[in-house]
Amino acid sequence: MTRAALAIGLIAASAWAVATFPRSVLVFLLFQGSLLHAYLAPIPRWLRVALLAAALLVLMPVIGAYNGYYLEVATQVGIFVALALGLNIVVGLAGLLDLGYVAFFAVGAYSWAIFGSPHANLIFGGGFPLAAGWFWAFLVVGLLVAAGAGVLLGLPVLRLRGDYLAIVTLGFGEVIRVLANNLDKPINITNGPKGITPISRPPVPFDVSYAEAFYFLVLAIVGVVILVNRRLEDSHVGRAWEAIREDELAAQAMGVPLVRSKLLAFACGASFAGVMGVVFSAKQVFINPESFTFLESIGVLAMVILGGMGSIPGAVVGATVVTVLNLQVLKGLSLWLNELKNAGVTVFGLSLADLPTQLEPAKYERMIFGMILVLMMIFRPQGIFPVRRRARELAGKS
Amino acid sequence: MDVPLLIGIFPQVLLDGLILGFMYALIALGYTMVYGVLEFINFAHSEIFIVGAFVGVEILLGLKGAGWLESLPWPLVLLLLLVAAMTVSGLLAVTVERVAYRPLRSAPRLIPLISAIGVSFFLQDLIRLVESVWRNAFNLVYPTLDALNHRFELTETLDVSVKSLVVIVAALAMLWVLHMLVNRTKIGTAVRAVAEDQAAASLMGIDVNRIISLTFLIGGAMGGAAGVLFGVQYGLINPYSGFIPGLKAFTAAVLGGIGNIPGAMVGGIVLGLLEAFAASYLGLLTGGAFGAEYKDIFAFSVLILILVFRPKGLLGEIVRERA
Repeated sequence: MTRAALAIGLIAASAWAVATFPRSVLVFLLFQGSLLHAYLAPIPRWLRVALLAAALLVLMPVIGAYNGYYLEVATQVGIFVALALGLNIVVGLAGLLDLGYVAFFAVGAYSWAIFGSPHANLIFGGGFPLAAGWFWAFLVVGLLVAAGAGVLLGLPVLRLRGDYLAIVTLGFGEVIRVLANNLDKPINITNGPKGITPISRPPVPFDVSYAEAFYFLVLAIVGVVILVNRRLEDSHVGRAWEAIREDELAAQAMGVPLVRSKLLAFACGASFAGVMGVVFSAKQVFINPESFTFLESIGVLAMVILGGMGSIPGAVVGATVVTVLNLQVLKGLSLWLNELKNAGVTVFGLSLADLPTQLEPAKYERMIFGMILVLMMIFRPQGIFPVRRRARELAGKS
Repeated sequence: MDVPLLIGIFPQVLLDGLILGFMYALIALGYTMVYGVLEFINFAHSEIFIVGAFVGVEILLGLKGAGWLESLPWPLVLLLLLVAAMTVSGLLAVTVERVAYRPLRSAPRLIPLISAIGVSFFLQDLIRLVESVWRNAFNLVYPTLDALNHRFELTETLDVSVKSLVVIVAALAMLWVLHMLVNRTKIGTAVRAVAEDQAAASLMGIDVNRIISLTFLIGGAMGGAAGVLFGVQYGLINPYSGFIPGLKAFTAAVLGGIGNIPGAMVGGIVLGLLEAFAASYLGLLTGGAFGAEYKDIFAFSVLILILVFRPKGLLGEIVRERA
């Protein structure tokens, strides 16, 4: 009983605190922490679901009314949660290391960007952009195109051993980016490095702002993705994937069709990224190849690894931690360091104003991703929220 | 299509391709030696390579600042650069192995690979941090040595600069030394024994950990030397510029048959030639529709095709899956 009260109280208190101090990053982190606490606390299942639903469906948009940036952060977190869950199928369940995952995100994003903007007129003559309502159809188109790209990539390379596969997918990611960068001639398909804009946004019902609409849209998609993930995990396909991950030869001997299962994993993972790509391009209104670099692929990988390979709550938490770290904590640290410098604070007799201006934590996300990957691999390869079976495998006992 | 032009540029493209190829070969050695011993892709090797380039540029800038650059004979300067870069890169590679790979040696094979990717990213930004604090710069330009920039005009359309010759000679010399080291010395025999079978090697009294460190030292030193040559040849470096050459050198190693030292050399040269020809001729042959910017795609397509049709590479043996 006290645990339930504590969980409710924490959420309520932190939400109130966010509304009172809308500019404090710490308080917003506290709010996120209270959600995690509610998820982990030993309280009845219905209460947990109700609390999380209330917080995400009601409190978050209200908080967004106090500080619009938080809603943007929450939307970004949602996008990356979906990406992490998609990659989690490929890396976590099937054990195929995909280093070019962001390519599928790019494929989805460009599919809507081209037809949802006047850009397509350059290719097909007139008649574009498509009406905003087509956005919903393109969620499916993005899914299919990305899944198709996954199969296309998978067909030749899935017979390779794990580490070769990693490099080939990395190469594929680079190929997609180079193509996006250079296909402005002979036919202008992607408009090259200049990118495509303006991209239509979907029609918004009632009287909600675009920020809120995208938040709810992303939330809905994340909900579906989590549901699909959970059903897949226990299905015969999911079990086949795990069998392949544990031991390919044994799985094959047990009658698991290797290539078909791996292709399916690639296509499933890719399709999530494709859908989110469509949403991303509509949300940003503008896309260019810079959004789809190798850095993004590794970022998503870091999320999956941090949370725990193969674990759904792990992917959600990992994506949240990394995104918030990137968008808020590091930026906050940079600002704070700057303020201290300007105030002329001294630490151990050393004036902070003498620190070089290049020391900005926000600019070193590669370093952070790198440290996450190495430290997790050495000290906790099973991640924050390990799956029991995977944890045993990584501990070297069976 | 301008056929005389196509033929006219041929010797120059061939030469450029060879230089690029020797560079790839030197970097590829680091990948291939480590793979031969541990069956593990050392993803951070591209950063170990670019660290060598940074050591070189720092020494050159230091010498220039002290006013000694013009008074010292250039072979001496070059030797100094190579020795310093090989030392730093080699030791860095050994440190990385000790810290980030050795604790994971018995883990499933994707685990050390992910750790290596992490090291690669960490090192990229570490270099950037150090350089931006120290020099407040992202791109660094190699100071030119006049003697190295001298060009011999062989024919009307073909000229060779001294630095290109230096790159080729230095690369050949190092490949030869490595070949002798691996095939003609006791240490080399130990390395080959560990690559063949770690358990058996340790039963024969070989200290496996030391040999693995040594492998990283040699591979890292080769990478560092390649870094200096890269800087001398192309002039401009930044903390991220090791990544793409590293990836291509890995392609070269696979092309030649990973784990196979002569294979890395052959693979590097073949890939360098392919890439040089693709960069020069793609635009000419397609009337400008597809230009040199597609040369990276070309290299990756080569990688995929090899892995699909001849996964053991040009000279490789069949790679066994670790049981």
